[in-house]
Amino acid sequence: MADRVTVAKTYKLFVGGAFPRSESGRTYQVTSPSGAFLANAALGSRKDGRDAVSAARKGFGGWAGATAYNRGQVIYRIAEMLDGRAAQFEALLVEADGLSARAARASVAASVDRLVHYAGWTDKLTAVLGSSNPVAGPFFSFTSPEPTGVVVAVAPQQDSLLGLVSVIAPVITSGNAVVVIASTERPLAAVTLAEVLATSDLPGGVVNILTGDPAEIMPHLAAHGDVNALDLTGVGPELRTELERAAAGTVKRVYAPAAFDPTKEPGLGRLRAFLEFKTVWHPTGAVSLAGGGGY
Amino acid sequence: MSDKRFPLDWEYAPAPESAAIGRIAERYRMFVGGKFVDGRGDDLKTVNPATEEPLATVSTADAADVDAAVGVARKAYDKVWSSMPGAERGKYLFRIARGIAERARELAVVETLDNGKPIKESRDVDVPTASSHFFYHAGWADKLRHAGLGPDPRPLGVVGQVIPWNFPLLMAAWKIAPALAAGNTVVIKPAETTPLSILVLAEIIADADLPPGVVNILPGAGEVGRTLVGHPGIDKVAFTGSTEVGRQIQSTLAGTGRRLTLELGGKAANIVFDDAPIDQAVEGIVNGIFFNQGHVCCAGSRLLVQESVAEEVIGKLQQRISTLRIGDPMDKNTDVGAINSAEQLGRIRELTDAGDDEGAQRWTSPCPVPDRGFFFPPTVFSGVSQSMRIAREEIFGPVLSVLTFRTPDEAIAKANNTPYGLSAGVWTEKGSRILGMASALRAGVVWANTFNRFDPTAAFGGYKESGFGREGGISGLAAYLQEED
Repeated sequence: MADRVTVAKTYKLFVGGAFPRSESGRTYQVTSPSGAFLANAALGSRKDGRDAVSAARKGFGGWAGATAYNRGQVIYRIAEMLDGRAAQFEALLVEADGLSARAARASVAASVDRLVHYAGWTDKLTAVLGSSNPVAGPFFSFTSPEPTGVVVAVAPQQDSLLGLVSVIAPVITSGNAVVVIASTERPLAAVTLAEVLATSDLPGGVVNILTGDPAEIMPHLAAHGDVNALDLTGVGPELRTELERAAAGTVKRVYAPAAFDPTKEPGLGRLRAFLEFKTVWHPTGAVSLAGGGGY
Repeated sequence: MSDKRFPLDWEYAPAPESAAIGRIAERYRMFVGGKFVDGRGDDLKTVNPATEEPLATVSTADAADVDAAVGVARKAYDKVWSSMPGAERGKYLFRIARGIAERARELAVVETLDNGKPIKESRDVDVPTASSHFFYHAGWADKLRHAGLGPDPRPLGVVGQVIPWNFPLLMAAWKIAPALAAGNTVVIKPAETTPLSILVLAEIIADADLPPGVVNILPGAGEVGRTLVGHPGIDKVAFTGSTEVGRQIQSTLAGTGRRLTLELGGKAANIVFDDAPIDQAVEGIVNGIFFNQGHVCCAGSRLLVQESVAEEVIGKLQQRISTLRIGDPMDKNTDVGAINSAEQLGRIRELTDAGDDEGAQRWTSPCPVPDRGFFFPPTVFSGVSQSMRIAREEIFGPVLSVLTFRTPDEAIAKANNTPYGLSAGVWTEKGSRILGMASALRAGVVWANTFNRFDPTAAFGGYKESGFGREGGISGLAAYLQEED
């Protein structure tokens, strides 16, 4: 007989900075690769998806309006919090995902590094991707990137931690809010990451994590009028076609890479995919100084 | 037009441009594989919308022609264009830019005859800007590694492009130049009602000795466009046109992994604050909505004017609009030309009738309207509320809807209250308010104390249902290149 009975955990969703149960009241069992019971996770519904979109919309304004310096600090703070709990995540990846201790250590370290990488992008994006445009006329014209709004993402089914971080981080770096559906089979890294996010300085609603079945939740979010973009990284080919078709109803931006390897060093593609480019024009007054009208 | 302040009556004598300069041929053919060939589709007759008289017969493509054109474009991509050094590609683009400039007057006349836009606009805007797009992108061809898209950005392949009738030549240049600079080859379909200027461009391209198959032009109706964007041999689709068709294209491409950029409709707010220089603002409002007969996706079709100056602005606006000359597009004095087609005229009438039905007050310019051709006089609706169709739907004609606001926050809320997000205008003397408004407006282009400015170096494109992707600048170029995750 064991010395003590283990604590069986029931995880919840992460929406608007809080941890609600699924409104549907449903859960599903999470098992290890060898089939052992690990925990109960919430089986999110489409209503949970809609609630998460509302929370993301509320979170978006403040986050997009925050200074890039501030956003960078917050994302770095997430990296710090994750690093502080590295041992827990490593154990979890060994137990729940079946990784070797060495692979788990590498995966957690890469996730921390990925967050640090993006933390340093917040205040450089505008300078790197924006421009002052040398237009042929007496105008000051400049183009700057802006976040597109609320992004709904499906994390890769593999690489439950690094994959999730690699999807979330570029989206929030530029000031978007995100609703992400975690790996269905391997959701424990995601629900534990939610605890990290909740205790970092990230404002509520900026990241919302759902667990459950993308095939059930995503069609509604792909057609949702208040969602600005989709990241279909973790979606299989069949569902992908259906979601892209649903997205066409509101001319949503869709990012659907053919393949994704989160261990590869990230480029700018994922950042650019969730950016708008705004061009502002103003007369320079050069005409006025030359004696004509200023406008 | 007489004015109380200036009792003199300054009438202009007519100053018509000569149609002979356009050298319109009786028959135009498709441009495929570097040759002008007859298509297997039904011939179409393109008409002069200002006179309703036929201009020329144009051969159109059928599905087999689309297939053949995509095939030669693929061959040109694989064998010649994608592996050609950028510096050499660039020289072809420079040649085309010069070719357009050399035949500028002819192109302007062709454009005006076929589209109905005033000759002063085709001459001063469409043609020179088309040339400048080729000139700008020519310089990119050998500098792609400096575009911030990685050390060796690769082209996408064969690009299918579909362009609208409002800026036939300019849209062709916007689409073809960046695609070619990046190393892609092109199959492009012009609008059914305006195929002529791009076929003159085809002559320029042929004269530039561009390798056969790099650019292929397939005139025809919507069906040709549908076949083209759905063709499995296409790697990327670029479309400019209505949001409705954009939705269909996005739906068609769902799940194929093919790249897509869309430049769709708009319902821009042009916001006038009480401290704005009113006379200049009135000029900007007129330019914003009556330029190109309002056939502009980024037209300033919703005027949001601060309540305290609304009466003054509307009064001055009506006075100014009354001086606009509507009529023969070939007359150099004409400000507002012909509506492009009977169908489009019908759509404008339907929406303006809805404005009457929903209780807005219609004001129509007293200018004389020609008794033949497709014309619609400049029209202003006041007393417009946000729920009316004329405030929500794109009219795509010389029709302005006027709403009022009291505070900047209200102006932002009303301006952003639209599924579109292409452009916006702000008129105020206060610098901080300009920049604050510019960042709060959910639109891809914000013109402050000016309107309807375009340049190949500046990104243009929309938020929300105005589409995705940009044209011009580095972000426009990025739409034609592979980028790593």
